[in-house]
Amino acid sequence: MKEHDQPDRLVLVEMYRKMSLIKQNDERFRSVVKSGRLVMPYYSPRGQEVIPSAVSVQLTNDDYICTIYRGIHDMLAKGVPTKLLWAELAGRATGTCKGKGGPMHITHPASGVMVTTGVVGSSMPIANGLALAAQIRGEKRVTIAYFGDGASNIGAFHEALNMASVWKLPVIFVCQNNGYAEHTKYEYGTSAVSIAARAPGYSMPGVTVDGNDPVAMYKAAGTAIARARAGEGPTLLEAKTFRFQGHVFGDVDAYMDPAEKAAAIAKDPVPAYRAWLISNEHASEAEIDMIEKAIKQEIDEAVEFAMASPFPDVAELRRDVYAQEVEA
Amino acid sequence: MNAKLEMLNTIQAVNMALDYAMGNDPNVIVLGEDVADREEGGVMGVTKGLSTKYGVSRVRSTPISEQAIIGAAIGAAIVGMRPVAEIMLMNFTTVAMDMIVNHAAKLRFMSGGQTHVPMVIRTMTGAGFSAGGQHSDFLEAWFAHTAGLKVVVPSSPAEAYGLMLSCIEDDDPCIFIENIASYWIPGPMPEKGVRIPLGKANVVRKGADVTVIGYSRQVHDIAAVAEKLAAENIAVEVIDLRTISPLDTETILNSVAKTRRAVIVHEAVKNFGVGAEISARINEGLFGQLLAPVGRVGSAFCPVPFSKPLETAFMPSQSDIEAAIRATLK
Repeated sequence: MKEHDQPDRLVLVEMYRKMSLIKQNDERFRSVVKSGRLVMPYYSPRGQEVIPSAVSVQLTNDDYICTIYRGIHDMLAKGVPTKLLWAELAGRATGTCKGKGGPMHITHPASGVMVTTGVVGSSMPIANGLALAAQIRGEKRVTIAYFGDGASNIGAFHEALNMASVWKLPVIFVCQNNGYAEHTKYEYGTSAVSIAARAPGYSMPGVTVDGNDPVAMYKAAGTAIARARAGEGPTLLEAKTFRFQGHVFGDVDAYMDPAEKAAAIAKDPVPAYRAWLISNEHASEAEIDMIEKAIKQEIDEAVEFAMASPFPDVAELRRDVYAQEVEA
Repeated sequence: MNAKLEMLNTIQAVNMALDYAMGNDPNVIVLGEDVADREEGGVMGVTKGLSTKYGVSRVRSTPISEQAIIGAAIGAAIVGMRPVAEIMLMNFTTVAMDMIVNHAAKLRFMSGGQTHVPMVIRTMTGAGFSAGGQHSDFLEAWFAHTAGLKVVVPSSPAEAYGLMLSCIEDDDPCIFIENIASYWIPGPMPEKGVRIPLGKANVVRKGADVTVIGYSRQVHDIAAVAEKLAAENIAVEVIDLRTISPLDTETILNSVAKTRRAVIVHEAVKNFGVGAEISARINEGLFGQLLAPVGRVGSAFCPVPFSKPLETAFMPSQSDIEAAIRATLK
């Protein structure tokens, strides 16, 4: 397999913009939930910013993703507008889903975010269907199915990988292996030495990559995307990372090894990448500052927009259940 | 030539509907275990000939992976295809309940109407073949209880044809339940391309004394009992629901307002079944006008048994239906 090209300067900087967008949004989500201004179950992706940033920078709006409840970073990286996302998280009528989906069920077809599921392991079978439609129609779109390491123990994972391989679907299964399935550490719940090790059982490439290394992640994703676009079938891409927060925001993460956590946070991939960009002269500090500032302003506006937006009318209970309105 | 004299069975009718829909719309695809011709066009031959005609890209035999089958259908449906996914037997829908209940049913609502899932799940079931507890259940109440799904239960070949066309064209996920026992009951040939709308019950027989509401194979049993009772001047009005969800409450209430007596018949177990919902709606709508409590006839509250006499006793019989009707006439 040909190794994927090195990203150019613009791509390197765009990856950082996406990472910073995710990090700043996550920090604001947590602070607003903590303050009580937003009430929602929140699954922080802090620490996992690199993965969808390095993937999405190689996708267009025509490419699809299916993601999961811990997928706010995937959505932001794919291009869901911050304002609409905030409004949805606040349950407002102006949100991506009119406030009817919430953080675990974001859909935004305009940016290619087709399904967000709250059920572990369910993103993969549906991603196959998106890829199947593209294959039958002869389109060049690819579909990314994001999921966590715990999801690879669900039957749906195995069914989906098998089917995708038999049918050579243009789908990439991106496992964000953060070491914990909810509260259970990897080795207590997963028999395989790695998630990628499961791929040969389905006759597809299985690649483990450092999901906190933006260039390595970019190359690994690029190879899988190129393979899918060429009609050569699926790839299982395991991106090793670490979750800085507990499972759901607010849980007491006593099940996490404090030393392991401290070490991971010390190697926080976002500031590390920022420093790397500057020291390698891919971007100046001033340029990065401007990017970060613009994001901060975007989030300020999004929060204001969300909080000022109306809640959905109660009549919405009757709508979108079926194509026709129902009695409710 | 009178086309109405031509007869066919439900296997042929569903096949014709799929053929018609695939010929009309390139977005219609068929997927399920063994559905392509290399695998003999499905265990009952319902999809026979379709892969030869439309290709194995659109008529796909799948692995034995019910979650993957429904997931693939959902994904394809939300981007505008119209998949008809076969789950070989209704009991095996249990393996794919997450996909059906959490995803197919809810994606329209949870996305605020941005996506929807125009798919059909074709499945078959029914007792009477000594297939035992895991190959024979009617589970329509589970699906009717889930907002977002439509549940369709044809009783004849022509109805299967017309209802299938409507399901494929419907913008919501439909569960289409074929009754194995009625597969080979012949019926008149449907007219090509004629759709039967979802949510509209069919008054099969007019009568003034009691309304009997049923669906699927039980419509044949109810009709036979109605014929027998007619000899005693008991006029039974027979309603074939055709769809469980949406439920045609209006037709039911109009009929029962006239007859003031009602019996509901289904093959699913009686407890917590569709009969309970219909009975409740009749009571809500016509309390005080009823001349007798609403009767319910369903299967015994046990798994479908293997042994023939037990299986026969498990299912509602024509004499059970007759007894329930007579009870309302006392």
